[in-house]
Amino acid sequence: MFPTPIEKRSRGAQITYQALVPLALIMWLLPLIAVAMFSIRPLADFTNGNYWGLPSSFEFFTNYGKVFLESDMPRYMLNSVLITVPTVIGAVALSCMTGFALGIYRFRGNLLIFFMFIAGNFVPFQILMVPVRDLTVSAGLYDTKLGLVLFHIAFQTGFCTLFMRNFIRALPFELIEAARVEGIAEWRIFWYIVLPLMKPAIAALSVLIFTFIWNDYFWAIVLTQGPDAQPVTAGITSFNSQFVAQYHLMSAGSIVAALPPVAMFFMMQRHFIAGLTLGAVK
Amino acid sequence: MATAHDDMSWVRRNRMTLTPLLFLAPGVLFFLAYVIIPILQSFNISLYDWDGLGQATYVGLDNYRELATDRAFEISLWNNVKWLVLYLLAIPAGLLIALFLNQTIVGIRLYKSLFFFPFVISQVVVGLVFSWFYLPREGLLNAVLGVVGMDPINVLGDPTLATYGIIAAGLWPQTAYCMILYLTGLNAVDPEQIEAGRLDGAKGWRMLWHVILPQLKPATFIAFVVTIIGALRSFDLISIMTNGGPFGSTRVLSFYMFEKALSEYGFRMGYGSAIAVVLFLIMLVFIGYFLWSMYQDEKAARH
Repeated sequence: MFPTPIEKRSRGAQITYQALVPLALIMWLLPLIAVAMFSIRPLADFTNGNYWGLPSSFEFFTNYGKVFLESDMPRYMLNSVLITVPTVIGAVALSCMTGFALGIYRFRGNLLIFFMFIAGNFVPFQILMVPVRDLTVSAGLYDTKLGLVLFHIAFQTGFCTLFMRNFIRALPFELIEAARVEGIAEWRIFWYIVLPLMKPAIAALSVLIFTFIWNDYFWAIVLTQGPDAQPVTAGITSFNSQFVAQYHLMSAGSIVAALPPVAMFFMMQRHFIAGLTLGAVK
Repeated sequence: MATAHDDMSWVRRNRMTLTPLLFLAPGVLFFLAYVIIPILQSFNISLYDWDGLGQATYVGLDNYRELATDRAFEISLWNNVKWLVLYLLAIPAGLLIALFLNQTIVGIRLYKSLFFFPFVISQVVVGLVFSWFYLPREGLLNAVLGVVGMDPINVLGDPTLATYGIIAAGLWPQTAYCMILYLTGLNAVDPEQIEAGRLDGAKGWRMLWHVILPQLKPATFIAFVVTIIGALRSFDLISIMTNGGPFGSTRVLSFYMFEKALSEYGFRMGYGSAIAVVLFLIMLVFIGYFLWSMYQDEKAARH
């Protein structure tokens, strides 16, 4: 292990290290801690200039209650769910198929199609913006959740295909050859042999795509407009203009908006990190 | 009857071509319609003067000629360079934190997750968090500076500082991402090689440079890819923290393009597309390099 394990160092070094880690963590998360502290303060603290002293009263329930009851926040959150979940399902389903085709079969153009997916996944969004917006408007899907979902599925298929194809490549190919010798149809090989083995990849991709799509802001402002379809990342700006300079409510709102991917991450941590670091180890 | 049988056997004979074709079709069609074709369309639109609704007029390379004399475009381009160079700091910073945390004390798993935390939050919230952090009166930054006895600064209100303030906010999640890549990489470092290095008397920096870093090469490659792409894609933070201001000093190409094509500054789709094409071509250099290295890997894997 590198660096040298702390257990092998002196007692003093061990104690210093154990004190240093939480201290470093507090420094690292300082901006976030500041926001969390803002979100439980009463308005009076801000008007009195008491930003960093003890809160004059503890207003967790009032502030967060206001976010849920007196704003469009619940609607934006619901929109986010209704955009994110179908995208995850669509992109994962499509890429299971493309990944299978590119990972198992040898044919001309295989690598070319694979590289098209990878390259497309890296392009700047702005090169797609005008045509995609146009396409969405002319399909009558501007300012709808479906319009956003369709684009997200298509774009995420690039990254998901890269992921799935490499995962399938690492599966034991003998299994598939043995099935073919048995005369099993190709689609059955996909459904009964490959798909069950892809469960870890599906889990990892699902949490990753969930986070990516939940956090998307650019396409939300390009393809949607109001509380009917906008996800929470875009909605938070209208929320903030509703509560201008009321930092306690704006902070509480941001924390609520940020929470679902955070919860997802902590619940599915192993899968999340496995997905994110695919290829970091050979 | 006979033809049905023939059909069956035709399908059967060609199943190794048909199966991948059918499995690929939905994904590829979707991707073509929403990604590949729009790229080509953007190239085309950049040759027109178009407000997005009415008739488009062909103007040849006029949009590009205008870019050459556009001061705002020049500032955006320079800011992109700043982003690109400074964003790369996330890689050594991530490595540093990974080395710091690569221990086995009680609760280290939780510490690692909490260090990674900023990456999971949306850039919109990161932007808000940092703009409040930088607030001249209420912000924590100036509260801390005040304790150390320094004068308060208005990071986002100062045209010379604002871009750096936003980049710092961007480095926060990006460093966390690089950290997790390196933590995974460090986990897989071969202990025997470390032992051999120790026997040769390698310690500290020498060990890191000669033994550890070569083994972390795949992690470093991915860290470069995601950091470069992330730097050139920066949009959310700028939009949230300064909206391009003060005086347009924090615009980057991606943001300037959006402003020209879609925001209140007017619907100049052609001019916006020309900006997007420039950004795309810059990115293409990197994408080309990434694909080339992946292709080398693929070739090596086949032999």
